[in-house]
Amino acid sequence: MSVDIVLTVNGTRRTIPIPDPRITLLDLLREGLHLTGAKKGCDRGQCGACTVLVDGRRINACLALAISLDGAEVLTIEGLAEGDRLHPVQEAFIAHDGFQCGFCTPGQIMSAVGLIREAQAGLDPERVREAMSGNLCRCGAYAGITEAVLEAQGAMNQHQKQGPATRQGEAA
Amino acid sequence: MIPFEYLRATDLAGAVAAGAAPGAAYLAAGTNLLDLMKGGVSRPARLVDITRLPGLAAVERRDDGSLRIGALARNSDLAHDPAFARAYPAVAEALLSGASAQLRNAATAAGNVMQRTRCPYFTDTASACNKREPGSGCDAIGGETRLHAILGWSEACIATHPSDFCVPLVALDAGVEIAGPAGTRSIALEAFHRLPGDAPERETVLEPGELITALVLPPEAAGFAGHSRYLKVRDRTSYAFAVVSAAAGLRLEGGRIAEARLALGGVALKPWRAREAEAVLAGRAPDEAAFRAAADAALAGAKPSGDNAFKIELARRLVVRALQRAAAGTPERLPALPGSVLAPAPEAAHV
Repeated sequence: MSVDIVLTVNGTRRTIPIPDPRITLLDLLREGLHLTGAKKGCDRGQCGACTVLVDGRRINACLALAISLDGAEVLTIEGLAEGDRLHPVQEAFIAHDGFQCGFCTPGQIMSAVGLIREAQAGLDPERVREAMSGNLCRCGAYAGITEAVLEAQGAMNQHQKQGPATRQGEAA
Repeated sequence: MIPFEYLRATDLAGAVAAGAAPGAAYLAAGTNLLDLMKGGVSRPARLVDITRLPGLAAVERRDDGSLRIGALARNSDLAHDPAFARAYPAVAEALLSGASAQLRNAATAAGNVMQRTRCPYFTDTASACNKREPGSGCDAIGGETRLHAILGWSEACIATHPSDFCVPLVALDAGVEIAGPAGTRSIALEAFHRLPGDAPERETVLEPGELITALVLPPEAAGFAGHSRYLKVRDRTSYAFAVVSAAAGLRLEGGRIAEARLALGGVALKPWRAREAEAVLAGRAPDEAAFRAAADAALAGAKPSGDNAFKIELARRLVVRALQRAAAGTPERLPALPGSVLAPAPEAAHV
């Protein structure tokens, strides 16, 4: 029996049929909504490639049942940029070579956006590395990723002090 | 994953009624349960979603000084709550030493307590496992036993409980509030998980339909705030389960240990309270001789369950280290690598 749930995905509220309660948020995003940015790496919560924000918090989309998230707000990598204007974390990943093959990158970037919102790591590289440990990169781009997160965090803090219009990815 | 019926509970009575049916399981975040269902290890016929139950995520300090942690409080919210981390620093450190940021954002307090062993023979359905399939045997015995028990194990099961959170909680005498078909009850967390004996499939004292509604830290638990640590030896410095872990709390008065609390993780099928070690420490000066005596007492009954005798000495040394760090004082701010023994500490040079 199909059940309808309501999700706000990248700012758009949608009613979505869930034909089988076994469907994870990751499968719904990729197969149902054709948002293929979030990747199915391990499908067991170990690699972080499926990281998205749910109600503003980064989680593993592979370990959440879609039907249980009825009413939630989901932000994926597809919702981060504003048109052609990239999010500061995306800009920083490019500037610091925070990727090689790119498979883990959407998860890394969404995780970094979540980390910056959590505001626990500050500008301490060791705390940033620890806070990013749920995202594996088999190309080993970790050095660039850490630099990118630190730079984006610095830039966004600076931006915030100047009181800009709030962007989707960093709404309080 | 086999098909299951999904029910969303809107009140506690409804949840308990739905959860008492044979084959039913409660669903909170599902970070452990879903993983096990994908692997065919858990095969519930019905999932009762309890995430919408009102009031179950609240964390409240009560007038008597105790703290009630709602079952659905998220691991990260708890650990990052400044007042919580100040009062129960070893609990916060344990929470942050476990899993990844993504998992901590989803996983709940009660879910952490309810998580299943990470014994690879339990999670591999091609292996014999008395816990997964009673009477089928135990392929962990004679297998790879690095993450297996050295205390309280039986010939039927040598698995360990994987929680970090539970280790300081049992040291601090935490309680568990339970609701079920017969009403509500409260028990000590120390009495919640069962040792394997000859029935390793029974992991907790929960009866069918019962669920955890809260964890409670008693008023005395905050008395160890000034001298508390959680240390965890693992195969990589972040995002790995404990090979051995230790939670230590001291109450110092006039240069002596007025009261000590100690518990070990990664060594048994339950978080292991080391009361003998606590008794050894009471009244003594907080020095290395006392800590070594406590470590010997904590591991006096330890026995390898395979090729893991190294864990006994590792646990002794970790107990000494955790007590030394606790005696040196809880750090102002949690270390960048929570629970890490590799992080620099003032006393490290003397060990």
